[in-house]
Amino acid sequence: MSTRQPILRAEDLHVWFDLPGDSELHAVQGVSFELRPGERMGLVGESGCGKTTTILALMGLLPASASVAGRVHLEGEDILAKGEESVSPHRWKDIAMVFQGAMNAFNPVKTIGSQIAEPMELHGTATGRAARAQVRELLELVGISGERAERYPHEFSGGMRQRAAIALALACEPHVLLADEPTTALDVMVQAQILELLVRLTRDLGLAMILVTHDLPVVAQVCDRAAVMYAGEIVEMGQMTTIYHDPRHPYTRMLFAATPDLLGDEDVLSIPGAPPRLDHEIVGCPFTPRCDSAFAPCPTAHPRRLEVAPGHEALCHLNDHLVAERPA
Amino acid sequence: MSAERDTLLEVDGLVTRYRVPRGVLGAIARRPKETVHAVEGVSFTIATGQMVALVGESGCGKTSTAQTVARMVDSEGGAIRFRGREITQLSARSLRPLRREIQMIYQDPYESLDPRFTVRDTIEEPLLVHRIARGKEEREQKVREALVRAGLSPPELFIDRYPHELSGGQRQRVAIAASLVLDPKLLVADEPVSMLDVSVRAGILALLDGLRKEGMGILMITHDLSTAAHFADRIAVMYLGRIVEEGPAREVVRNPQHPYTRALITVVPKRDPREQTTPQILTGETPNPIRVPPGCRFHPRCPIAEPQCSEVDPSLQRPRDAATPDHRAACIITAPGPSADEVGPDGDGAPHG
Ligand SMILES: Nc1ncnc2c1ncn2[C@@H]1O[C@H](COP(=O)(O)OP(=O)(O)OP(=O)(O)O)[C@@H](O)[C@H]1O
Ligand SMILES: [Mg+2]
Repeated sequence: MSTRQPILRAEDLHVWFDLPGDSELHAVQGVSFELRPGERMGLVGESGCGKTTTILALMGLLPASASVAGRVHLEGEDILAKGEESVSPHRWKDIAMVFQGAMNAFNPVKTIGSQIAEPMELHGTATGRAARAQVRELLELVGISGERAERYPHEFSGGMRQRAAIALALACEPHVLLADEPTTALDVMVQAQILELLVRLTRDLGLAMILVTHDLPVVAQVCDRAAVMYAGEIVEMGQMTTIYHDPRHPYTRMLFAATPDLLGDEDVLSIPGAPPRLDHEIVGCPFTPRCDSAFAPCPTAHPRRLEVAPGHEALCHLNDHLVAERPA
Repeated sequence: MSAERDTLLEVDGLVTRYRVPRGVLGAIARRPKETVHAVEGVSFTIATGQMVALVGESGCGKTSTAQTVARMVDSEGGAIRFRGREITQLSARSLRPLRREIQMIYQDPYESLDPRFTVRDTIEEPLLVHRIARGKEEREQKVREALVRAGLSPPELFIDRYPHELSGGQRQRVAIAASLVLDPKLLVADEPVSMLDVSVRAGILALLDGLRKEGMGILMITHDLSTAAHFADRIAVMYLGRIVEEGPAREVVRNPQHPYTRALITVVPKRDPREQTTPQILTGETPNPIRVPPGCRFHPRCPIAEPQCSEVDPSLQRPRDAATPDHRAACIITAPGPSADEVGPDGDGAPHG
């Protein structure tokens, strides 16, 4: 799998939001990653760290108050280069997303089937009878009987609506699926059903997926790789097993330690403090005030992004041999 | 494990039902209302210094159980005894002193605090309502003590703030402080951390754990088995209005005896990517508590059901493979015994608590 060319590559992606007054909020601060066909990557981090903003930027769906910089290559083409003009031919057809809270965003007065057919008709991938047939196929694909296309959202359970939201994202047969917290509001058994579905879709359709969640164990179960975000940056990225067993950023280690494990015995430890405000310039490493391993350079120097092992990178002075003063 | 501890709360065969209209057409046809069987014969005890977690999926009746215990919803059957006193039928008036001793903590710290109230106002309010402290100074003293107990110290850093000037975790601490100021004996915490970020959850749970060690009884409602396994002394797993398994927290997650609990345990994602078990995914979703299946209510989704499971409604019994005497499950296959029709859902004189 790793020999294949990346299907999606983000390079030095930045997003700023204009705030009332003359200030701005730097929500995404230089995010870079690659995603290969069939790969499942988790994007994790605390609320407000920029997960949703990152994937909205990939889709070209940020509000007008946002400005974006950087490059997003989708199957080799830079879809950010000319703004809306370059991204719109690919949106939904090549790259699609399941929005945070999508299962509650269906229009209550339209049938589920007609809402899934909308993007097909809009993008001309199918119309009329063909579209209706495809809707039924899609519903079956996500585990809903095709006959239920004529039903309304309120006749679906939460889990079924989430399946329908996934079907909607798949309507124009994209190659990349961005799923924003697809199981957050669901019960654990229904969550298991949805995660199984997502894994099956990546396997059977060769779909590449970014799974956005604040729930590390979900990523541990489903994803090959993970990117941990903090204050708008990816602070660590690598194979899921490596990140768990050999984290190279204190935030990753502390995030795991804050997460209770069903069968684990260790104490669960909260991370003191809160993430920094993103509407002020951050000096040094943004995690310093909360970090249990901060040392001399941390408050003043921003760490370099280093590849600590092949395919494993981290943004922490502890890994940097050029940083002279080391902690005791 | 709590032989010398005092029993604080005894819940015995609790039943809570809601009547719901049959929809517009039903109302026009004047069809009778339907009954939601939210809680159908639930029994458990909580001792001082003990945390009991009620876990289960949405709609299983855990919140209804909590609200009935806190006397916010009326029961239709069964008994609730608090510190040895029957409280099931108390009138609104005689409930007042009880409201001090049993305090609720809610899921959403954003909703449970009034945005126009400062932290001081929020915590002072229950003192005024219950006419506790005499005079302004004593109240101020109690407010500050409650803040410190809830982990917001020094109090002067927080006391004049409004909710929007606090983080989610701090808001939940203020809500907890507003309960602690009344010096309750029992806390009923309904999903106290599910709206909070992982990084701050542990702090709130450690706070509750500390209160428990000081002798507080805590009933924690959660859908998160990992949290229950870590912080509770005992876990009761609910399914469709019944406790289907109950025992020491460790035993319930490491040696689950009810097929529903067993399935749940396999689908809880583990932190270690290498430790993932093959999830045993049950199809469908929990049926609607209006039409509860006959016999064992879990049988239509049960992977080990036998024909008699659709007829016999199991009572909580000691499972054959249980490692401790105080572990019970409602399953005629793993824990054979008389049916609930004969001895009631909570079995026959079995130990609980
Ligand atoms: N339209 C907007 N205008 C201004 N600021 C915004 C806007 N959308 C997001 N932000 C800010 O950008 C930052 C990143 O937000 P984002 O929604 O991407 O976080 P997230 O990681 O998805 O969080 P969550 O886990 O809560 O969904 C936050 O500080 C947020 O307040
Ligand atoms: Mg988000």
